[in-house]
Amino acid sequence: MSIIANKMGIQLKPKTKLKESIEMTTSTQTNDIVYDTKELNLWYGQTHALKNINLEIHEKEVTAIIGPSGCGKSTYIKTLNRMVELVPGVRTTGTISYKGTNILDRTMKVENLRTKVGMVFQKPNPFPKSIYENIAYGPKIHGIRNKKLLDEIVETSLRGAYIWDELKDRLSENAFGLSGGQQQRLCIARALAIQPDVILMDEPTSALDPKSTLKIEELAQELKKDYSIIMVTHNMQQAARISDRTAFFLDGEVVEFDDTNKIFANPSDKRTEDYISGRFG
Amino acid sequence: MQRSSEVKHEAIRISEIIAQNKQKKNVSNLFEKVIPTILFLLASITILTTLGILYTLLSQAIQFFRTVPIWEFFTGTVLKPLSQNSEFGILPLINGTLISTIIAMLVAGPIGLMSAIYLSEYASEKVRRVLKPLLEILAGIPTIVYGFFAFTFVTPLIRSIFPEVGATNILSPGLVMGVMIIPMIASLSEDAMTSVPNAMREGSLAMGATKLETTIKVVIPAAFSGIIASFVLGISRAIGETMIVTIASGSSKNFTFDITESMQTMTAYIVEVAGGEAAAGTTIYYSLYAVAITLFVFTLVMNLLARYISRKFREEY
Ligand SMILES: Nc1ncnc2c1ncn2[C@@H]1O[C@H](COP(=O)(O)OP(=O)(O)OP(=O)(O)O)[C@@H](O)[C@H]1O
Ligand SMILES: [Mg+2]
Repeated sequence: MSIIANKMGIQLKPKTKLKESIEMTTSTQTNDIVYDTKELNLWYGQTHALKNINLEIHEKEVTAIIGPSGCGKSTYIKTLNRMVELVPGVRTTGTISYKGTNILDRTMKVENLRTKVGMVFQKPNPFPKSIYENIAYGPKIHGIRNKKLLDEIVETSLRGAYIWDELKDRLSENAFGLSGGQQQRLCIARALAIQPDVILMDEPTSALDPKSTLKIEELAQELKKDYSIIMVTHNMQQAARISDRTAFFLDGEVVEFDDTNKIFANPSDKRTEDYISGRFG
Repeated sequence: MQRSSEVKHEAIRISEIIAQNKQKKNVSNLFEKVIPTILFLLASITILTTLGILYTLLSQAIQFFRTVPIWEFFTGTVLKPLSQNSEFGILPLINGTLISTIIAMLVAGPIGLMSAIYLSEYASEKVRRVLKPLLEILAGIPTIVYGFFAFTFVTPLIRSIFPEVGATNILSPGLVMGVMIIPMIASLSEDAMTSVPNAMREGSLAMGATKLETTIKVVIPAAFSGIIASFVLGISRAIGETMIVTIASGSSKNFTFDITESMQTMTAYIVEVAGGEAAAGTTIYYSLYAVAITLFVFTLVMNLLARYISRKFREEY
């Protein structure tokens, strides 16, 4: 991946403010923080959907977000790439710093943010174009025209999503002809094509059968070598299996955020325990 | 316990009521069976009318082609129906029709599409709710009003800037026809674009595409069949438009590509001949039908093309 990354030369250097040296020294065993959310509040009109969220998301880990329906999981991850703004009447307070830049700042260009933060949706949403064009879409939008380079990106991205072998002979077919699981992996490949730093996944396996689900889980494990992954899931086993840290949301608040092992073996909040053991939600 | 028995009781009563209603319904069953037949007969009226029109056109046009060879008619560049040695070439009319249509579409195509893009992608719900009905009002104005508008306003306006333009010319009615067609293209294209699922826009925006890029590279391609169909319907409308060209383009049967000159369209010719004193049975009289059938074929082809395109390019989402 990284060899190709250099070849592609699209590794945009994010404008990172110098991290304080203290932070650098404390984070020797854990990975750097990619997203630092501080006192985030969000309203949809009158609905207070996120309440005073404080959360640190680490680089090159899988962070799982769990919680009952309507607790604000989707809202939170859509705030991380500011897609939440597509809903009219959304208001936020607080800060989310992405590699040192407050992304809630009005001056932040969302296009730049979303170039570095990819997203995979709950329902696979390929474009009604060929498989090739689906993958080449992002690179093309960002000014890559060279046919050979595009070919290479398409192959690397599909390989990255472990779907190359299945699709290599069907690149010119319409993506709508693929199965749901294939479409979802295609969407992951599409996100990989512009080499983001972070991949947000909102229940990426909820529309899929167990076999495709397993494939995507394995994929997430593999991808975290190069990417930071934040995944919303309703599936406890999934969170336990693949994530390094887990945040438990309830009613728009973060009840508990800790190592996944800790959360599932020995949660410190009674509500977390109840939820994990299936007593509510 | 009490509650559940109450619920059960309700259930029994409801099923009884349904059973009773079913019985009543049996009476109206006959009616139910007659309805499709009635509907079929009503639908046949349209088909029969179309066939009737076609029959009239064809039978009279055949009379025409007895005096004027079909080849001469379709390749002739001179149309002199009233002159001593009359000539009946339809090309001046086809030329006039095509030129006015092209001018109209050069106006209606881009403006209609831009309006559709604005309405579907950029306008707020509020603005859209005001603008769409306004567009539909524009579509409801009688064409004779557009015709007068072209003749008494647009032509003088053009002539005040370019004095060499004729008092009757094809440019002015072409432009006005374009304005008339804008609402149709805007409205149909907007429908096609709003029916593109938001998930697709989100997929594009989430990759750092701007709104404009998303519109051009995702929404428009996905709505392409609907947009093209709206264009073809617009063309078909322009070809069939009669009043505006009759009023503002005069009746010179010029075979020219100079848009500042007067030209006649097929429709305007039909109006002229039908309104004139051509006695039944004369060649002029029959020529009306030959032109009419040509026009019929033109619009038929355009409509079939619209259907074909919207089927062919339909993207399932
Ligand atoms: N577009 C919207 N407009 C208004 N309120 C919204 C909107 N989207 C979400 N909400 C509200 O915000 C709250 C959080 O919703 P969100 O979709 O983030 O929940 P979730 O945790 O993702 O739920 P699920 O597990 O069902 O996907 C809910 O109360 C919901 O009703
Ligand atoms: Mg959700």
